[in-house]
Amino acid sequence: MTETVLEVHNLSKVFDLPRPFLEAVRMRPAQKLAAVDGVSLKIERRETLGLVGESGCGKTTLGRCIIRLYRPTEGRIVFEGEDITHKSPVEMQPIRRRMQVVFQDPYSSLNPRMTVRQTIIEVLRFHKICSPEEREAHLKNLLDMVGLSYEAANKFPRSFSGGQRQRIGLARSLAVRPTFLVADEPVSALDVSIQAQILNLLADLRAELGLTMLFIAHELSVVKHVSTRVAVMYLGEIVETGTTEEVFEESQHPYTQGLLSALPRPVPVRRHRQAALEGDIPSPLNMPSGCRFHPRCPIAQDICRTQTPPRRQLSQTHQLLCHLRPIPDWSGPTV
Amino acid sequence: MHKAGESGAGPAGWASSSMLLEVIGLTTEFRMPGGTIVANRNVSLSVERGKTLGIVGESGSGKSVFCRSILQLITSPPGYIVGGEVWFDGQDLLKLSEAEMQRIRGTEIAMVFQDPMTSLNPVWRIGDQVTEGPRVHEGLNGKQARERAVQLLRQVGIPSPEQRIQEYPHRLSGGMRQRVMIAMAIAARTKLLLADEPTTALDVTIQDQILALMLQLQEQVGMSIILVSHDMGIVAETSDRVAVMYAGEVMEQAPTEDVFRRPLHPYTLGLLHSIPRMEGKTERLIPIEGQPPNPLRLPKGCPFAERCPVATPDCAETPIRLREVEPDHYTACLYPERVSA
Repeated sequence: MTETVLEVHNLSKVFDLPRPFLEAVRMRPAQKLAAVDGVSLKIERRETLGLVGESGCGKTTLGRCIIRLYRPTEGRIVFEGEDITHKSPVEMQPIRRRMQVVFQDPYSSLNPRMTVRQTIIEVLRFHKICSPEEREAHLKNLLDMVGLSYEAANKFPRSFSGGQRQRIGLARSLAVRPTFLVADEPVSALDVSIQAQILNLLADLRAELGLTMLFIAHELSVVKHVSTRVAVMYLGEIVETGTTEEVFEESQHPYTQGLLSALPRPVPVRRHRQAALEGDIPSPLNMPSGCRFHPRCPIAQDICRTQTPPRRQLSQTHQLLCHLRPIPDWSGPTV
Repeated sequence: MHKAGESGAGPAGWASSSMLLEVIGLTTEFRMPGGTIVANRNVSLSVERGKTLGIVGESGSGKSVFCRSILQLITSPPGYIVGGEVWFDGQDLLKLSEAEMQRIRGTEIAMVFQDPMTSLNPVWRIGDQVTEGPRVHEGLNGKQARERAVQLLRQVGIPSPEQRIQEYPHRLSGGMRQRVMIAMAIAARTKLLLADEPTTALDVTIQDQILALMLQLQEQVGMSIILVSHDMGIVAETSDRVAVMYAGEVMEQAPTEDVFRRPLHPYTLGLLHSIPRMEGKTERLIPIEGQPPNPLRLPKGCPFAERCPVATPDCAETPIRLREVEPDHYTACLYPERVSA
């Protein structure tokens, strides 16, 4: 039986860019940047949806809209059956007990002047998680859960390494016993040997606490490892989504395929003679016409330059935003 | 118990004539208020002409310090190169005067850094930066320099180079800036390119372009490359030889194929097990437990001993040395036979 934890309908986030002073005085309209443009997605209970894409594709903005750090410009966000699109920060407070976030940078997301104990007790107090007497036991339990010793409680963030700080960040997020976690590049700043420790920890916690996760990252191999389903973003849109197998083994979108073949693999084969995808990622201020990927697409046709591509359903779970794929002799199901 | 072929003075058995760079026993330390950090301890590595040496390691392993030591770009104090030889094309760079070294930097040996924005001068036009070397060393006039700049930018795949030479670095994307850096490197007919995490700040599709470009140029001009990276994948796909560094020392060194197919150091194996694989489904990663050692309090013996799953008590006590345990395959591990994938 599945239960939908999060539903996002047609979500857009448009930023007004800062104007030069004179432009503002003359009341000229600000330049608009559509970071997320008409994104829909669904996350079921206990699922981990991996959101992958290159810088500027809007994956972080989407994550921040979902946890309502940003106010969406358009669309709807439904969390555990409740529409949270227009909730005020005060109204969001009880909801934040159930949805939490872990950030990329374990250096700037912790207050350097607060000990680990203060950092975590503050959360417990603010959200009234337990009685004051129980707090210390709770703290001990949390530290244990993320693999830190109890002695860590008295220290300041500066005495910890990046991996340990990420553990502290996790303990803080889990202090409220959330059911849904948005992890925004949680291991990108870490060395590989430490990254593996944190990825295993996340897997354990997910199983232990029954967490549902939105896992945002740019490393394909990490996303493949942690996700049950994957969405690939490019310039504000989801261009392909499906189960992890569908996206990584049977990818149909030329962008997903390009990403996959651009990825260096730890297998000693001299493969690097020809780049998989040419060209730079266009600026979202100067969005290409038609299919946004067409300037870099190796198979683009005239139609791609002029018309917005249709969203095709290849299976119950596999969706694609492309004029030309699936290839004409596609034998799989098409809805 | 030391086997034949072991040598404190660089890997023996390499034909010296084919070597462009041979670094022997390089030791660089930083004298800090809290103590001395040995960032490179007795590092011996060589690069063949026209070939790529990949150096892989995590942050703090000393791989960047190695590159900077070759060029003597160590800020002193607190950094000092306290021992070793750096043989480049028949001369020991450590014996050269600062003026002679200055001539080699940016001409025969060029360096590309991780962050192209901080290594380009923001107030110089791109064309002027790219041709700074040739103008100084070859005495090109304005028109010649402009032609050379256009040709170089074209060679590194920058679109509309005629316009680009007039622009400033902030107008370029990260990938394009890195292309400019590479153009500067080849402008001077470089023999050795030191690329220190050249693609770490770039997106994966752009990284792919830059790596392809570097290898294409290498083929065209026949330069040698030292490619420093934390990414085992990049090293696997681009290098002829690989050196694995940890806590300032070389742990393992061999042809790429051998390092990946049959690692002979537990740290190398640990790194390989830590990476999620794209092939098949990895149920659980096998991380390296613990944290890298404090560089101020390194053990007398192997710096990896503390985290090593196959270490014995003598590992932390016995100073390590690279030795050849299989033909052309060097490891610093006392017990390479215990390393099994």
